[in-house]
Amino acid sequence: MDSTTLIIGLASIFAAAAPVVFAVMGETLSERAGVINLSMNGTILLSAMGSFAVAVRTESLFLGFLTGMLIGAIVALIVAFSSITLKQSQVAVGFVLALVCRDLSYFLGNPVMGLAGPRLPGWSIPGLEAIPVIGTLFFRHDVMTYLSFLIIGLSWVWIFRTRPGLMLQGIGERPAAAFVRGANVNLMRYVYTVLGGAIIGLAGPTYSLSVKAGWKGTISGLDGIGWIALAITIFGGWNPLRAAFGAYLFSFLQWLGLVLQPSLPNIPSQVLQVAPFPLMILTLLLVNIGNAEWVERTLASLPEPTRRFFARAFRTMRASPPAALGVPFERD
Amino acid sequence: MRTIMTKNSRWMNAGFQIAALVLALLFTTLILLAAGAPPLEAYQNIITGAFGSLRKFSDVLVSWIPLLLVSAGLLVTFATGLWNIGVEGQITLGAIATTWVLRELQDTSLSPSLILFLAIVAGMLGGALWAALAGVLKTFGGVNEIFGGLGLNFVATALTVYLIFGPWKRPGVASMSGTEPFDEALHLYLFPELRLSPWALVIAIVAIVIVYFLLQGTYFGLRLKAVGKNFRAAYRLGIPTWQYMMSSFLICGALAGIAGALQVTAVYYRLIPSISSGYGYLGLMVAMLVNYQAIWAAPIALFFAALNIGSIQLPIVLKLDSSLSGVLQGMLVLFVLIMEGIRQRISQRI
Repeated sequence: MDSTTLIIGLASIFAAAAPVVFAVMGETLSERAGVINLSMNGTILLSAMGSFAVAVRTESLFLGFLTGMLIGAIVALIVAFSSITLKQSQVAVGFVLALVCRDLSYFLGNPVMGLAGPRLPGWSIPGLEAIPVIGTLFFRHDVMTYLSFLIIGLSWVWIFRTRPGLMLQGIGERPAAAFVRGANVNLMRYVYTVLGGAIIGLAGPTYSLSVKAGWKGTISGLDGIGWIALAITIFGGWNPLRAAFGAYLFSFLQWLGLVLQPSLPNIPSQVLQVAPFPLMILTLLLVNIGNAEWVERTLASLPEPTRRFFARAFRTMRASPPAALGVPFERD
Repeated sequence: MRTIMTKNSRWMNAGFQIAALVLALLFTTLILLAAGAPPLEAYQNIITGAFGSLRKFSDVLVSWIPLLLVSAGLLVTFATGLWNIGVEGQITLGAIATTWVLRELQDTSLSPSLILFLAIVAGMLGGALWAALAGVLKTFGGVNEIFGGLGLNFVATALTVYLIFGPWKRPGVASMSGTEPFDEALHLYLFPELRLSPWALVIAIVAIVIVYFLLQGTYFGLRLKAVGKNFRAAYRLGIPTWQYMMSSFLICGALAGIAGALQVTAVYYRLIPSISSGYGYLGLMVAMLVNYQAIWAAPIALFFAALNIGSIQLPIVLKLDSSLSGVLQGMLVLFVLIMEGIRQRISQRI
């Protein structure tokens, strides 16, 4: 492989990861506020199908993307209403929605299956695209890929560098304290869940109108992406930068699987495509294991330099969820 | 006074559940209308597709068997407060282990019934092993069982595809249609003219009865529920919580593994890529819908199985996608959850 092919290949990783980035950022915002939106896998499929159908009928890419966001927001609203207002289990409601939305997308998507539809055109950024290597890597994509770069930075700045972001951290970590300081906890949770849902809803059209243009029903190859995005959210430790790293790592591994395919003819392609999953479990294990009690006990009994090394390693990898994640807030 | 109260609230419960059913049907009807399909005809097709003849009803039972086994297992993990989403992979690993034993023993002089017995036991162990992995990740690695389980599901699917296209591929060309079918001697006995195996039926019914008594009538079941209701309190009271969680995972995995084993020995006679057929996720919905009460699992699972089999007619007769059954099943669970929330809000106000 010569260097030009390699750079184009690496650039394709950023484009392919864009939908995953949207899904992960949306979920991170929602979970930061304390609401797990487990419906993501269904939301992505339904928004991919819905936005493709609308784009085909209206020949408007803009309306297509808008439909995707709307679908994501509505599904998230159902999660928010059932869990915040009705105090039902977020996991139960989200899981059921994940299945229902998937089946809905296959059922309603039947008429538009396999149709030719519009596709988001590429848009190289004038000037910047001419920079060697970097230009190809970052500035020869389409609008949604640029938006995916932007949203990573925006989410990070919002959560860690603004006053409302500080409040957001508060309602996810210590809702009672945030309430005392004047935050309307449940309203804010509604807002962030629905906003996060709308961002997740961008993932669908980014597939069906750009990265994997079209709708092919059960063989669209999108089923499962939402579950991966959920795992990446945890891997990301509810930090947009680390989560984005996870999304790109996943995309890189999938690309690597494709590239290695010809040199490993004995391994079916389906196997290489799922190669990231065992790795994902492993990383989840590394991220979480520092929280386990027996690890702390074992560490304490180790000799000092070894103990310090492992303790530091676990601390670097460790991520703890927002303390009030999944817990309904009652003012009393 | 008290009896009147409970009687009233029981009627109220039933009312809310019927309302949920009506809303789910209403929503599905709207979806059918949106797709430009005649709703009544669609429902009629589902009903005749499931109950139109003895053969069709026996097909419903064929689909009821794995669903009931999986739901029975999930009632145990739910009782312990665990969301065993990895159940899909546990079915798959059961099927893989069964296929492996059948392949190893098919050319030996052992009697076919012994081989079948060993293969089903292997399936049980395979499912339990996969559940144990999720359990170890949860109890010792701090990995939430939902994410560990999901990851393991994907790994199980990859393993199946690898085996079908790699070491176990059909002589000649490997294909998505699965491994080479087993000799007829290694099929479980079926009723004449039907696809239904009495053995599989008996195994599934025995499983749900055992789970019912385990949860309702034993000290072990009581402790499982204690761990599920209040983990910390159970721990402080000296219940070895992690052992109970692991046992619960193992029981569920074993039952899911049997479901996978029966798919191989009584339905497909080979390993196919989608051997779990979504029964794991469907079982999670059944277990949620019966609100974790084992007694209702059998009828609800039968209802879900009937929807699945009945909807097979839809693409043939009305050119609709058969995923409509999934929409109806899911909306039913969703509306039951929502109505339960509304009922709780109302009863709090009173």
